[in-house]
Amino acid sequence: MPADRTQPAQIRLRGLGKIFRAPRAQLSALGDISVDIAAGELFMIVGPSGCGKTTLLRIVAGLETPTTGEVQIRRSDHLRPQNAMVFQGDSLFPWMNVFDNAAYGLRMRGVPPGQIAEVVGHFLDRTGLSHFRSAYPHQLSGGMKQRVSIVRAFANDPEVLLMDEPFSALDEQNRTILHEELLRILDETPKTVLFITHSVDEAVTLGDRIMVMTAQPGRAKAIIDVPFPRPRDVLQLRVQPAYGELVYQIWSHLREEVHAARERELGRAAAL
Amino acid sequence: MSGPTRDRLISVVSPVLLVVAWELTVRTHVLDARFFPAPSAIFVQAGKLIRSGELGDNTFASLTRLALGVLVGGVPALLLGIAMGLYRPVRAALEPIIAATYPIPKSAILPLILLVFGLGEASKIVMVALGMFYPVLINSMAGVMQIDRIYLDVGRNFGASRWQVFRTIALPGALPSIMAGVKLGVGMGLILIAIAEMVGAQSGLGYMIWNAWQILIVETMYVGLCAIAVLGFAFNLILHEIERWILPWKVER
Repeated sequence: MPADRTQPAQIRLRGLGKIFRAPRAQLSALGDISVDIAAGELFMIVGPSGCGKTTLLRIVAGLETPTTGEVQIRRSDHLRPQNAMVFQGDSLFPWMNVFDNAAYGLRMRGVPPGQIAEVVGHFLDRTGLSHFRSAYPHQLSGGMKQRVSIVRAFANDPEVLLMDEPFSALDEQNRTILHEELLRILDETPKTVLFITHSVDEAVTLGDRIMVMTAQPGRAKAIIDVPFPRPRDVLQLRVQPAYGELVYQIWSHLREEVHAARERELGRAAAL
Repeated sequence: MSGPTRDRLISVVSPVLLVVAWELTVRTHVLDARFFPAPSAIFVQAGKLIRSGELGDNTFASLTRLALGVLVGGVPALLLGIAMGLYRPVRAALEPIIAATYPIPKSAILPLILLVFGLGEASKIVMVALGMFYPVLINSMAGVMQIDRIYLDVGRNFGASRWQVFRTIALPGALPSIMAGVKLGVGMGLILIAIAEMVGAQSGLGYMIWNAWQILIVETMYVGLCAIAVLGFAFNLILHEIERWILPWKVER
């Protein structure tokens, strides 16, 4: 679904900043981030490691409070949860089977069991996980675990979907398949998505817009429109000249920042 | 013969050999039958005690106290331990008290327990409860504290209330560690119930052993010891089965 940017933004970030105070030092993790994200938009954030992109996402999720600025999320329905996060790494409860993990958000909200079975069943079906509903996470591959994690977020029907490098631990083949699946599910169940990644290819493959962040403290260095409409073919995309140009453009932005981050790390190592 | 099969055979044969050696050395008067009655004699005595109901009654008395003590000590320890694991202030308040009282040998508190709770059932149950309390509390707390922070984030992100976090994350996440604590606690309870029953009790396996010493029926003493050993072994098996049943997600190692 194309994002409609004439409507009021669904996510408004205004002057968002975060400073971590340690006993002997302060770490400015996040600079001054202001951006509007439209309803239905798939907004990617790319940045060098340690640029505070995960902190940004955790602030939007309400798991962390910003030092400055604010987050506004426009809600269409106050019964729906504001956001659901797909975490990086293993976030499925090892003590629950696939179904119970996927149903977690709905259970916490006290949704009737019949409705839970229907909604969770639908998404498990759409991700090819129906046969694994009674399996425990340790019996699943990494790709399947992340699928369950995505189902858990979608089943909860949040206004906004937050994804924190959800595919970074997967091998390339699995990642490509999950990119296709995510776009397909988003096609069927449109959502506003804020997606954090360190992979330029991932950002261009999935995103409607891409924000490149600076190294610490993380600020918006550039916001780039992706010219490919959705639904899109993840593989077809790569043979288009515009794809390569976009990847090159983002890399150029990123290269300076990665170097800056490295310089700083070397400086820190020298100080030790 | 494959390794595991051979190992299992060895572990069956070795105790049998020990019993046979024991029997032979007593019969050939190498061992003094007054202190070490022959296994056959103990066996005969056990039959007598079973028929008279003495063994059954005493075992039942000990088991009842053990069960009550396990509940009285285990349930508060579980709740308190999880609360300590989840909330730093609770931990800060209680940890020093726990650390200071834990090393006191529970058997050394017996006179005090008798003084406070009297010679009746209550003092026995409290002894077992004490033995259960510490391992369960410490393991519950440690179990909660080693839960990966990401699971608590998931709980918060999906809007879990305090009680829901407790029920869906803290308790199941800490359960493997809690079960280890329960095993230790039950073992400790068995030790303490035997000691407690030797002082001022009129029933129980501990009483039976102590009484046998006083009236010098050594065979009965051995029957009591064997009964306790069998109980300990049985508890281990039962708890292992319970563990497999409530922790299906824990990969067998």
